[in-house]
Amino acid sequence: MSQTITRADVCAAAVADAFKDDGEIFASPMGTMPMLGVRLAKLTSNPDLVISDGESLFLAGVPPLFAKGDVVEGWIPFRKVFDVVAYGKRHVMMGATQVDRDGNQNISAIGPFAQPKRQLLGSRGAPGNTANNRTSYWVPKHSPRVFVEQVDIVSGVGPKRAAASGPGGSRFNDIHRIVSNLGVFDVNGPDRTVRLLSVHPGVTAEQVQEQTGFDLGDLSGVTETRLPTDEELIIIREVLDPKGFRLREVPEETKQ
Amino acid sequence: MSKGPRDKRMSIDDVVAELRDGMTIGIGGWGPRRKPMALVRAILRSDLKDLTLVSWGGADVGLLVRAGKVRKLVYAFVSLDTVPLEPNFQKARQEGTIPEVVELDEGMFQTGLKAAAERLPFLPMRAGLGSDVLVNNPWIKTVTSPYDEGFGHEDLVAVPALKLDVALVHLNRADMHGNATYLGPDPYFDDLFAMAAERTYLSVEQVVDTAGLTVDTPVQRLLLNRMMVTGVVETPNGAHFTNCVPDYERDERFQKAYAAAASGSDDDWAAFEQRFLAGDEAAYQAAVQQFQEEQA
Repeated sequence: MSQTITRADVCAAAVADAFKDDGEIFASPMGTMPMLGVRLAKLTSNPDLVISDGESLFLAGVPPLFAKGDVVEGWIPFRKVFDVVAYGKRHVMMGATQVDRDGNQNISAIGPFAQPKRQLLGSRGAPGNTANNRTSYWVPKHSPRVFVEQVDIVSGVGPKRAAASGPGGSRFNDIHRIVSNLGVFDVNGPDRTVRLLSVHPGVTAEQVQEQTGFDLGDLSGVTETRLPTDEELIIIREVLDPKGFRLREVPEETKQ
Repeated sequence: MSKGPRDKRMSIDDVVAELRDGMTIGIGGWGPRRKPMALVRAILRSDLKDLTLVSWGGADVGLLVRAGKVRKLVYAFVSLDTVPLEPNFQKARQEGTIPEVVELDEGMFQTGLKAAAERLPFLPMRAGLGSDVLVNNPWIKTVTSPYDEGFGHEDLVAVPALKLDVALVHLNRADMHGNATYLGPDPYFDDLFAMAAERTYLSVEQVVDTAGLTVDTPVQRLLLNRMMVTGVVETPNGAHFTNCVPDYERDERFQKAYAAAASGSDDDWAAFEQRFLAGDEAAYQAAVQQFQEEQA
């Protein structure tokens, strides 16, 4: 490829990899990069994925980001989303204003719930997602303010809290991946804590640790996130995101 | 000769006259979509206070909390979509001006309405287990399954019924009896709101005769049946500035102006109120039209 591979391209492929083994389930991406990654997976590793327009339609084709007018293969108004959540055939990738060592996520508020310092969206569907279907998180700006020792409010439930709530809350709890602009994580560290799986090319594990507000533990097994293939790069740049929305979320650092 | 079912048409002011201080009011639609905004604006103009509001929240919540009408708010999120965080709601939460707050998971919210619609005290679900929704709402209990599917007797959340005194919803078309259709892609939860409520007031873009409801649209789009509806109000552009597709999309420019005023100084907000919210619905629509002409 003539152009350099950007960090945003690497992130898109990493998100796609989070969905590659899901089979025929509803992939629910929240936000630009998750949407790009899911559509990339559908065009490469997992054509069986079911995707929507983010509103009320299942799309048969795979349109570019924010494009309309594709062939429709089903109806998924909000009420039916909750049916699919309970049915379990769904993998959602949500945002996270905070995520902690135990894989809990917060999108509700910063500070005490009674009178927050900063009110955010509210819990949305995070508690139900994490109790029912596979859940991943996307963090476009990795920092110690996002990756914290303990989230202020638990919206999305990590494996430890799920286990403590009993089988009702843990049977279907499945926190799969956390993808940030620096690396890829799961929650299979010691005692089901967040573990760094790979760093994106150009990032070191030590840099990730510096930008993380809790101890990532033993970093010896950390690998490098794979580069997108030529096929993926063409799909990302020419098919799914020719306008470069991904670069607004993950801008290229100016290199000296 | 039978007279047929009764005519339920009424005015916006008639609806507000039926409301009382301290009532629990459910507001249909979803976030910034198909909200009964004309009725919300009428509540803003009234002396009503101490309301309990139950809503998948958008500017309906923002406006009513800013006006100090809300004693208790039940929500799962409050958002304007293109403006992710509702500034009036955010301000009210950060200043602690909503006396009581119940933040639920979205699915719990639906389940609570379902329980109320089915006249059950609760319905069980998994959503909420392990999360701070149960910590911040210690009155929400769990229930132990009487059955063992091989995982022991599971503890599940007993989502309490969200019973409403009144539901306010906005659809595209209705007849004078309260049969109503939505013409957009999503019914949202307006039928559940209606069935969870003692009384439902329905505003619509257009009142048509009964035959007109299905003349050019499939019967499956009849979301509300007249059994569920107490009163019908014709409020053209009544969901503004939320959307009511296919009649109209969300007014993004207006929403931006709303958000800017809401997150600005007290003077900014006072100016917005004075310009758009001081008069009746006709005055609002006229001010909006003028706003749109200035923007064009």
